Amino acid sequence: MPSNENNHLKIALLGNPNSGKSSVFNALTGLSQKTGNYAGVTVDRQEGKTSFSKNNSKITLSIIDLPGIYSLFPKSNDELIACKTLLDENENIDVIVIVADASNLKRNLLLATQLIDLKFKTILALNMMDEAENQNIHIDIKELEKITDVSVIPLDSRRKKGFDTLKEAVLKAKTSNSVFYNLNADYLLNHKSYKDFILHSLLNHNKSNYAKAENDDKLYRYNSINYIIAKCVKSPNQLTSKQLSSKIDKFATHKIFGYLTLLTILFLVFQFIFYVSEIPMTWIETGFINLGNYLHHQLPEGQLNDLIVNGLIAGISGVIMFIPQIAFLFMFISFLEDSGYMARAGFIMDKIMRPFGLNGKSVIPLISGTACAVPAIMATRTISNTKERLITVFILPLISCSARLPVYTLLISVMYPDNTFLGIFNTKGLVLFLLYFIGFFATMITAFFLKKILKTTEASSYIMELPVYRWPQARNIFLTVFTKVNVFIKEAGLIILSISVLLWFLSTHGSSNKFKELEASQVVLAKNTGTDSITSELNKIETQKLEYSYIGQFGHLIEPVIKPLGYDWKIGIALITSFAAREVFVGTMATIYQSNKSDEDIGIKNKLLSEKNENDTLKYTPAVCWSLLLFYAFALQCMSTIAIVKRETKSWSWVIVQLIFMFALAYISAFSAYKLLS
Amino acid sequence: MESLDQLKIGQTAIVREFSDEVLSTKLIEMGCLPGETISISKTAPLGCPIAINISGYELCLRKNEAASVLIELLP
Repeated sequence: MPSNENNHLKIALLGNPNSGKSSVFNALTGLSQKTGNYAGVTVDRQEGKTSFSKNNSKITLSIIDLPGIYSLFPKSNDELIACKTLLDENENIDVIVIVADASNLKRNLLLATQLIDLKFKTILALNMMDEAENQNIHIDIKELEKITDVSVIPLDSRRKKGFDTLKEAVLKAKTSNSVFYNLNADYLLNHKSYKDFILHSLLNHNKSNYAKAENDDKLYRYNSINYIIAKCVKSPNQLTSKQLSSKIDKFATHKIFGYLTLLTILFLVFQFIFYVSEIPMTWIETGFINLGNYLHHQLPEGQLNDLIVNGLIAGISGVIMFIPQIAFLFMFISFLEDSGYMARAGFIMDKIMRPFGLNGKSVIPLISGTACAVPAIMATRTISNTKERLITVFILPLISCSARLPVYTLLISVMYPDNTFLGIFNTKGLVLFLLYFIGFFATMITAFFLKKILKTTEASSYIMELPVYRWPQARNIFLTVFTKVNVFIKEAGLIILSISVLLWFLSTHGSSNKFKELEASQVVLAKNTGTDSITSELNKIETQKLEYSYIGQFGHLIEPVIKPLGYDWKIGIALITSFAAREVFVGTMATIYQSNKSDEDIGIKNKLLSEKNENDTLKYTPAVCWSLLLFYAFALQCMSTIAIVKRETKSWSWVIVQLIFMFALAYISAFSAYKLLS
Repeated sequence: MESLDQLKIGQTAIVREFSDEVLSTKLIEMGCLPGETISISKTAPLGCPIAINISGYELCLRKNEAASVLIELLP
């Protein structure tokens, strides 16, 4: 987008991770943010706008927030993207705003001096001035402006101070005349400018012959930076925030209390995701059921009515249902991240995760996965090593998520109708625990083998900043939750919705003569509704219609494939419908076995218990139940997960490999369980 | 010369040089560069990674990465 005179400027925000760049971005743009995929790259960038009037004309600033970087020599994929975006001519960036942490200026100035040398119009924003003041760090702004030859704007994003000055300064931003690179350096000989050198090093960023030039550049800069710090910064020897942080860390990284703290936090997050989010989820579910019933009665009978009520509304409610869990999860994750605790969790877990090809940063996604793989996969972005991130994404759907719970609950209660074991233990609880354990075990084993298979040139590394503890800002947490939910609705939502509509169509339509016959007799019967016998007759026809619908025929079609697992065509239908989402299994079984709506759980459980084979033996033996349990534990039956893996890996082949692997694992384990137990 | 993984909590040292060039590029940009004063602030419960105080902040790295940082002990 070309900038239109001075009324529309494009600003790029750059800075170190943990410099509070996102807080600055949030304070500038508020709700106008959108997360978009930048063509061909793997990491999202955030965009937003802010408008204000000056001299009676409206000025709009488009702001791009790029991933945090430590220097212009990228070490991970998201850093590479930040650098490439900045130097992309098509981006037409007018001004760059460097966000530096005033309480930790030295390291932040490395990137700042590199950016100044690129000769963009530049502003240096000193963020976290409040923190610097609290620690008695004094920065001579005037002197810093003199040395860097750019406007230096102090910011306090917690209290939103300095932002008007920043906007004004952006309009008057200029290119610095100061130079911080070594004019006599050999490696610059063949380059027109410093920018030209950086562009070349980006193109060859994996080649080691740039390592020496890179180090020379940085060491030369640190000489100037030491001079700048000596001239402009006065700080006490003992920093108060660091004292507080090290006190907290005595506990948070302690041999015993460290792991206990992590477990307690995880336990609380679990409680919220499983129990607290159940409350709004029930409201949403009831709300949509009521809406569906209302529309069902208001709209004229027929295809359109059915499509809206059983296709669209059911589909939309399936999307919206996930929002409380996603919102809570991201609330916790962004709280833990912003406070600095996440860095500690990784710190104490890194060594435990390493033998499995994972990283300290894989811990939180793995835990979140027990609620829902979708937000967990989104949370893997913090893992900078591509191989470790891909392994984490690949294994996450094997963790038993909340959608498996209804399936597990039903099948376990069919297997063990009386609920005690050895008189003391709760059988249901034990089996449930066993299933979660099996999921976790499969996850770690798979990770272990993937580690052996996948090749990478990227070294696994854990050189990371341990930021000081900070109290997170409510505005930042709110905006993170808001944008993540937004992305989920837009991208995963569309797919879930289309699958639901497709499933509706396939289960209510059929081409065979039998289906048409059933439809006709249904119409005749429907004219004399009211009596119980007719209602039950109608229900029977409904079930038969399902058998002869496209999806029912499909169930018969796949019967030979699933027979070795102990399943018939009815379970086949449930397998197909729950391809979109596992929890659909229970609903489909209920429809097939025509259970009473009011006491669905008891009804369907008893139906399954009394279901007989043709030779009059019980259908749902422990062998069949275990076979189904293992199938649901391992198979990738979740459209949202597929959608999000595609989105996060930007590759269909990864999705397909994952699908095949998980279905193969599910099939083999279900088959073995059935054969062993029957 | 000793390396950073041998440094004990409570001891202070000066960074002198690096034995791995590729690793050094990352360490230098994180502020761990020759001439800086360095000390161990804590180790993870299982002994690795370790956290160090450098350039006015706290940085963590694995033991094998620390082995590539050559240091001179301060009395």
